[in-house]
Amino acid sequence: MSKVRIGLEIHCQLTQLKSKLFCSCIANYRNRDPNTNICPVCYGLPGSLPVLNKKAIEYACMIAIALGCDMPKNLTFARKNYFYPDLPKNFQITQYDSPGSDNNTCIGKSGKLEYISDKTVRIKRIQLEEDPGRLVHEIPASQSGGNSLAYTLIDYNRAGVALVEIVTEPDFNDPKEVRLFLNKITSILEYLNVCNTNLEGSVRCDANVSIGAGKKVEIKNVGSFKDVEKALSYEITRQKTMGLHEIEVKGETRHWDDKRKITKQSRSKEEEEDYRYFPEPDIPIIKIENEFILNLSSKMPELPDQRRKRFIENYQLSEHVSEVLINHKEIADLFEKAVKIYQSPKSISNWIVSDLMGFIDYESLEGKPLNEIIKIDEKHIAELARLVDENKINRTVAKKILTQIVNSGEMPTRIIDRSELTKIGDSKTILEFIEQVFMSEKNAINDANKNPNVANFLLGKVMQKTKGNIDPKKALEIIKKKLEEHK
Amino acid sequence: MTNRFQNYSIRQIHNGIKNEEFTSEEYVSYIIDRIEKKDEKINAFITVDKEKALENAKNIDKKIRDKEKIGILAGVVMGIKDNISTIDLKTTCASLMLSDYYPPYDATVVKRLKENGVIIIGKLNMDEFGMGSTTEYSIIGPTKNPWNLDYVAGGSSGGSAASVASGECTASLGSDTGGSVRCPASFCSVVGLKPTYGLVSRYGLVSYANSLEQIGPVGRSVSDVSTLLKIISGYDEKDNTTISSDYTEYDDLDLKETDQIISDLNKNKPFKIGLLQDLTNKADKEVSQYVYRSIDLLKENHLECDETDINSTEYALPSYYTIASAEASSNLARYDNIRYGFELNPEGYEWNSYYSDSRSRFGSEVKRRIFVGTYVLSSGYYGKYYMKAQKAKSMIKHELKTLFQEYDILVLPTVPILPFKIGEKIDDPLKMYLTDIYTVIANLAGIPAISLPVGFSGGLPVGIQLMADEFKEKNLLAVSTILERMVNIKKYADVF
Ligand SMILES: [Zn+2]
Repeated sequence: MSKVRIGLEIHCQLTQLKSKLFCSCIANYRNRDPNTNICPVCYGLPGSLPVLNKKAIEYACMIAIALGCDMPKNLTFARKNYFYPDLPKNFQITQYDSPGSDNNTCIGKSGKLEYISDKTVRIKRIQLEEDPGRLVHEIPASQSGGNSLAYTLIDYNRAGVALVEIVTEPDFNDPKEVRLFLNKITSILEYLNVCNTNLEGSVRCDANVSIGAGKKVEIKNVGSFKDVEKALSYEITRQKTMGLHEIEVKGETRHWDDKRKITKQSRSKEEEEDYRYFPEPDIPIIKIENEFILNLSSKMPELPDQRRKRFIENYQLSEHVSEVLINHKEIADLFEKAVKIYQSPKSISNWIVSDLMGFIDYESLEGKPLNEIIKIDEKHIAELARLVDENKINRTVAKKILTQIVNSGEMPTRIIDRSELTKIGDSKTILEFIEQVFMSEKNAINDANKNPNVANFLLGKVMQKTKGNIDPKKALEIIKKKLEEHK
Repeated sequence: MTNRFQNYSIRQIHNGIKNEEFTSEEYVSYIIDRIEKKDEKINAFITVDKEKALENAKNIDKKIRDKEKIGILAGVVMGIKDNISTIDLKTTCASLMLSDYYPPYDATVVKRLKENGVIIIGKLNMDEFGMGSTTEYSIIGPTKNPWNLDYVAGGSSGGSAASVASGECTASLGSDTGGSVRCPASFCSVVGLKPTYGLVSRYGLVSYANSLEQIGPVGRSVSDVSTLLKIISGYDEKDNTTISSDYTEYDDLDLKETDQIISDLNKNKPFKIGLLQDLTNKADKEVSQYVYRSIDLLKENHLECDETDINSTEYALPSYYTIASAEASSNLARYDNIRYGFELNPEGYEWNSYYSDSRSRFGSEVKRRIFVGTYVLSSGYYGKYYMKAQKAKSMIKHELKTLFQEYDILVLPTVPILPFKIGEKIDDPLKMYLTDIYTVIANLAGIPAISLPVGFSGGLPVGIQLMADEFKEKNLLAVSTILERMVNIKKYADVF
């Protein structure tokens, strides 16, 4: 069987920056009225000049360091010239080394990443560039009447947002590997705190596929990481089928059709586009000093791999549990904070991995922090684990309590204090209270035959005594039963 | 008819208004009157903003009455080249593509001038997007030479030079990509300076060739030019190519005796001037004779002068046109009429057909440079043209750097020929490009250069050019002041 080769181009926005790449407009362009987050620079007005956001260089370099790339001595920007309405200047400021050039001017080159044990992908290049605007294609309700009424709106709020492009070598042989790699990249970006990958459109992925000696096919327009695997599987099947029928695979660009879940040939005729790259004259060369890299490396946040190792060593957790915990930074953080309160990593990790994780739907997070979706923090987890370990409650009860915490954010002991869980679980105590009342209310019991309200009267007394902490239904049952016995 | 205000310098205007010898309103009214009389013939202005100018003048006069502080340029009336952004004042680049464009912001230089009290009277004519050497490629037609209306004013900042020479403003700003300030200054007998690359912010200057151009002042005296440079120069956070250190201290040269200036120049080591002999001799005799005369005058003032040459100049013009066109082809891509521009209904177009229709409305010279620039950047030609041009550029820069270890100032003609007639060269782009042959050197090397009026030949002005090492504007202005005093040439055209 011929070998499948897959390469990726991942675009991730540096969403954690305050401003865009070349102007002071806000980087968080989401949820704004169209064309309100713009200035002469990102709107490409005549006479405007790009002013480089130094923090963006720092963030992009952190990604390059995390992916083991070679860093440039002189960082430069280049213009990529092409006409498209989402580009305010009709060129994009990006980075470029002419093919075959040894001179590295991009953020990073020649890196590699082990994304699962024994699987490594080579990183070809990492570059920093500006995001274009957003096109909104409006197709009128009266779709039938051809395209004469169809129009496109342009929103430049996104134009100029800092984008890091990560290009891999075609080292993947299977769409499943791609998924694992993308999970890894997502987790790294999260750990570096440079990109909130949950935000819609903050990470995008193009892929290229070739089989055996066949031509390379690019797949663009894949909306989410989830769909990359599907698009690749479809494309591999398509190419293999063509091979079986001895049809030659054309080197082309195909678009992922999200609705029909297929790749289809791009409508525009595919000429070899000449982007006429040349050095951006408005941004002088940026010297990347060794000291800068060293300093940055030293203050880099802990990466997922380092953290997993530490979890295994420091907390004696299993490889699997550690992996699940570190996969999402917020979860790993929650674990460590809880362990500080109650020093039992085993039971805390157990609670998080086998129970809490079931409540979290990462798809629906949409960029919001975890504690906006589930009302739980380290104090809850620590207390719950302790209560079970100390045999105050059993595991079944604790699981029910967890469900309540997730919704209400109440502390476990408070829930236990006023919860029906204790009342039901302890009918022996209820009986004790009822017997006390029967002793003190002898007159009433004697009236019971004539007066049907006595049972309720007695219940009231029991409730008074227990401050309402019993199940009234159950208590009434017992009272009635006891009155029967008295007859 | 002579008027007390004609040929007034910045200092005279400022002092006159401050000492209440006349009002700012009186001076602005005089300028408006002058424009109304003259500009029909000269065609230096694309837009005149009388109301705003008068309103600003009245505000200055009120401040004087109220004994409030006024800016050091208060009352000075300036025209601005129409490729420098002015808030809410039409900025067309003399092109249909921007014929209805009102910038929502001021260029940094304009902001600095306004902060110092300058009154902006209007926007000045130019070659479309700065591409040309005669101001003939303008949507409003050519600017005429104020000394002879049949002749070109030079370009591309023709309006900036002609308006100053004809007294339609006190001084002006131009932009110089390959000689666009110095050429018209020479043709119109005024002083024009191209500063060191990075000394003056380009924020708001509509880009033609970013790596070569600078905004430069035009005035009727070296002192006026020097005063303006002081205000507009210096670091700007909005332009990453501006220098961060401070080179912007200039003396009040007009208040100094010549002897004092000369002894200051010789203070640390003997000051040395080099005449670029080969280039001077290749110029028309009407021009070169004035260069030699100027050298003689400098020698009379005990300044050491001898002859030298630059070897790499033959690469200058092709290198300049390659780089400038390459950058232009990219810079001008944004004029697609989608976000701003002129009336052209998009109904019935698809993207690409709309682009090609709207973008076919550029003028012929602009189109020529976009084509050339696109070609030299195409894959397969990039190395052959663009890279080679960049190599030539660094070669020239390097050679000049070496020369400036020996010489403080280099002297050569600004333009090797006298002003020529309107229409004379418009059909022959190569001949036209030769106009720039001596000015592009300073743009390629990034060094400062000034054009100074030194004489007339057959009623047409002749200018010489002085160049200095990077950020040595101070020396350039000092030697220019000496020469200006010696030649004492007319800079105020009142012939029509
Ligand atoms: Zn902006």
